[in-house]
Amino acid sequence: MSFKYDGFMTAAEASKALASREVSSRELTQATLERIAAVDSKVKSFLKIIEDQALSQADRFDANPQSFPGGLAGVPGALKDNICMRGIETTCGSLILEGWQPPYDAGVVTQIQDSGSVVIGKTNLDEFAMGSSTENSAYFTTCNPWNTRHVPGGSSGGSAAAVAAGEVFWALGSDTGGSIRQPAAYCGVVGLKPTYGRVSRYGVIAYASSLDQIGPLTRTVEDAALVMNMISAHDPKDSTSYPEAPPDYTKSLKRDVSGFTIGIPREFFGQGIADPVAQAVMDSATVLERSGARLIDVSTPNVGYGLPCYYILAPAEASSNLARYDGVRYGMRVEAGDHAEMFRQTRERGFGAEVKQRIVIGTYVLSAGYYDAFYLKAQQVRTLLSRDFEQVFSQCDLLITPTVPTTAFAIGEHIDDPFQMKLSDVCTSPVNLAGLPAMSVPCGFSDGLPIGMQLIAPAFAEERIFQAAYTFEQATDYHKARPSI
Amino acid sequence: MSSESALSEKATPRESANTPYEAIIGMEVHAELLTNSKLFCGCSAEFGGEPNTRCCPVCLGLPGALPVINERAVEFVLKAALALNCQISRDTYFHRKNYFYPDLPKAYQVSQYGDSAIGIYGWIEIDGENGGSKKIGIRRVHLEEDTGKLIHATGTTSEVDYNRSSVPLMEIVTEHHPRPGFDQIKTAGEARDYITKLRAILTYLGVCDGKMEEGSLRCEPNISVRPVGSEDYGTKTEIKNLNSFRAVSRGVEYEVERQIDVLRNGGRIVQETRRWDEESATTASMRSKEMEQEYRYFPEPDLLPFHFDDEQIEQLRASLPEMPLARRQRFVDMGVSETDAETLIEDKAVSEFFDAAVSHAVDVRTVTNWVLGDFMKLLNQHGVPINQSKVTPGALAELIGLIEDKTISGKLAKGVFEEMFNSGKSPREIVEASGQTQISDTDFIREEIVRILSEPRNQPQLQKYLAGNDKVLGFFVGQTMQATSGRANPQIVNELLKEEMEKLR
Amino acid sequence: MKLTVEEVTAVANLACLALEEDEKERLTGHLNQILEHFAELQKLDTSDVEPTDRVLPMVNVYRADEVKPSLPREEILAAGPLTNYEAFIVPRVVDSSDGKSA
Repeated sequence: MSFKYDGFMTAAEASKALASREVSSRELTQATLERIAAVDSKVKSFLKIIEDQALSQADRFDANPQSFPGGLAGVPGALKDNICMRGIETTCGSLILEGWQPPYDAGVVTQIQDSGSVVIGKTNLDEFAMGSSTENSAYFTTCNPWNTRHVPGGSSGGSAAAVAAGEVFWALGSDTGGSIRQPAAYCGVVGLKPTYGRVSRYGVIAYASSLDQIGPLTRTVEDAALVMNMISAHDPKDSTSYPEAPPDYTKSLKRDVSGFTIGIPREFFGQGIADPVAQAVMDSATVLERSGARLIDVSTPNVGYGLPCYYILAPAEASSNLARYDGVRYGMRVEAGDHAEMFRQTRERGFGAEVKQRIVIGTYVLSAGYYDAFYLKAQQVRTLLSRDFEQVFSQCDLLITPTVPTTAFAIGEHIDDPFQMKLSDVCTSPVNLAGLPAMSVPCGFSDGLPIGMQLIAPAFAEERIFQAAYTFEQATDYHKARPSI
Repeated sequence: MSSESALSEKATPRESANTPYEAIIGMEVHAELLTNSKLFCGCSAEFGGEPNTRCCPVCLGLPGALPVINERAVEFVLKAALALNCQISRDTYFHRKNYFYPDLPKAYQVSQYGDSAIGIYGWIEIDGENGGSKKIGIRRVHLEEDTGKLIHATGTTSEVDYNRSSVPLMEIVTEHHPRPGFDQIKTAGEARDYITKLRAILTYLGVCDGKMEEGSLRCEPNISVRPVGSEDYGTKTEIKNLNSFRAVSRGVEYEVERQIDVLRNGGRIVQETRRWDEESATTASMRSKEMEQEYRYFPEPDLLPFHFDDEQIEQLRASLPEMPLARRQRFVDMGVSETDAETLIEDKAVSEFFDAAVSHAVDVRTVTNWVLGDFMKLLNQHGVPINQSKVTPGALAELIGLIEDKTISGKLAKGVFEEMFNSGKSPREIVEASGQTQISDTDFIREEIVRILSEPRNQPQLQKYLAGNDKVLGFFVGQTMQATSGRANPQIVNELLKEEMEKLR
Repeated sequence: MKLTVEEVTAVANLACLALEEDEKERLTGHLNQILEHFAELQKLDTSDVEPTDRVLPMVNVYRADEVKPSLPREEILAAGPLTNYEAFIVPRVVDSSDGKSA
């Protein structure tokens, strides 16, 4: 093969190479498969590679490139394994769904196929997207490409690691309390959680329905814009899908941040934020200031309540969403003498410890006598949090915060400390509760591990995030750093 | 939903053997809505079908699938709520009702909890047992999805069919503690009248086909008894498997008596669900409700709220068709008796048939007699609904016209009607083909009479008549009828015979 | 407010989870730890605050009442752990309630 692929070409560059016929989609796909073959034994991003289907999608593009203009047509990517693709095993990282082949495509998969792009495989995740490290996957733990003794973050750890390790050009993750942004920060890639409703949730195996949102993990801001152009659309199959047509996100890349006011919410820099992280984020704010933005201090007083609020609401919804795994219609089944015992044994064996814990919490906070004290209270706090954001966005255009308090922790470090691990969602989960868009952008390193900053915008103002993130990326070199995997 | 109604029980005090008791009957009715597709997906909502052939990722609750609300189902519930005099909840939403069961694919039923019901605090007018009308308070009218069906196939296994899963269902519940001015159902007869009136309203609206036998209208009464004069409520039992109006009244009656019997014998009522058995005409315990299910209701996050504005509500209200009670009054005003009007309006199709027949300017009472008499008898015999019968309102009006103009006798008409019912032919066609038309042509009849009177073999009888024996007239009537194959109008024959014989005097 | 193992078992039963004994112990410990963090929320006075169930400012999202093709039955049943080519099979359901309107 004449085409040389080092694994770190951007999706935008690959798209240009395809357009100029320097390379075919089949060659790109094969190069990607070779890269995966070379590094995935170290990173372990993938639960499943679908070589035949990927090559046939590539051939479909190559046979008729002009009918799939631009974007990510012909450019291979990966899906988190909680996104349904017809006929392709979708496990959600759980034994309870082992071997399950959905008989239908998720809304985003339809978008991907209509745009002529190529899906190369399904990436690892914490079981049912519950976790911050992929250690809760029923299959294996993915490793951080920057230091394989460390976690890649989660739950979209497989997608973040695959992009960081140059295994694919782009990947999709899902984000309920930080599951795109946190692994993006840990793996030194760009990760965007779009506004709730911007991307279809149809065919995404639900964790917490009022919080879940699909989004891109890419090596650059421009690539994230290309993925967003591909997957944002109104989907009539998802009642919570936003009906207005999305903008062309690549257009935002041409605008700078002059005239922008960027708020620095002090509560996001409080207790628990590691110094190198706080420092890197403050330095990044200064970079944006030099590019023409005005920085102001702002306050979101209730943001500290975001984490307990999140850990009530998400399990509550999850306890209901995961009740359907009963061994009757699909997935694992443990036989028993009567149906109730069959349900109990199937769920006991099929779910991992973290999933069971969250189901029990969720069941508890919804049960009679506790509903008002926990569930309803959390819904009210959610209102207060949303008001905080509304209030600060009357003063500024964007917020800048750390994505995660620390860099990636070591595999096994927090396994017996449930709340310590959950603390990594402290800066990200309030954003989901308010339904806002936010992106993690690489902004530094500490001890060889990447640091991410989070840019938060008002609902449906992703364009502002792209403007600022791209401006920042152009002014810095963090996106050019590569792990030596 | 029994969660709310279970709150207020108190032990019924032991009473003496002669204490008079009264029953308090609550009604929980589920009506399957007549939409084309299911509540949250495009699968057909039609009754029947091979098992699991009307299913998709959404109604099977496959991982990742999401619901989208069928607009017509919402409109149907709004209409029903308005027709049942409810307040409409302007801003409301769906809940999830969580419980595990093999026929419930998501392990939650999308439903509406408490006051989130689309319609609350309505009423329905029924005929009270002691004459006069009663306004029965309705607590709520809400929209939810149906479950699949379990088929108990063999000894050790059950089969699950999800064709009914997610078919839109409307739940209508009476008030347990009625507001001032509203009543409760207190007898089996009232329970039957309630379900009859409710069924009529729903079928008039066209939102439910009301087939209790097919389960598209399901009625689950809950019953408690208490000494007359007591303000406390007794322990309730709920009855399932009442598949006809008759079963409702028999089942309720049995259960009321059973409870009174238990109490009079010093026993106590157990809160439970009981199953009506048609064969033995008794109820038997299905399961105790001691362990009240915990449904963990919470707002369904996959669906957005409803907002109904005044304009939409008023438009719907204005579009409601004539309701059964209004139609009954109109029929009475037309000259139909109260009892007949009540029977005519019970079935929407019957009342529409009546209306259409009467529009052909025939006598109202005659139409009533035909519809409720011979026609109803044949329909019941053949198990045919009136709107699928071969007899059209126009054809019935035509038949009545033939009687009125004396083309056929009322007696002949019965046979003609039966043939209309069987063949669908028009009455005129039948009468003409069989030569059964009554002869009223006086010239023709007179000719025959003159011929008969002049026949030599009839002279002795003629002489007897002329001599004053009037009884001989019958002989000549018989001769004339014979000569016309029985088709001559006997009245005319009588008159003409007298005339002609007088001439010979 | 500390949860006991019995209470956790009761909640697990509601959630249809047959937990092993050691699992119950461990889960009770974790839950109590987490509940302490939840107690934070009680510091906030929310008596006049409306709850937020959904963040999108949208209402009345409907589809037209149109029948669309269902999935082929073979495809539906293919995923079932136990079927008889017509229906899903479960151990005989002893409770004769049909769950409807339960």
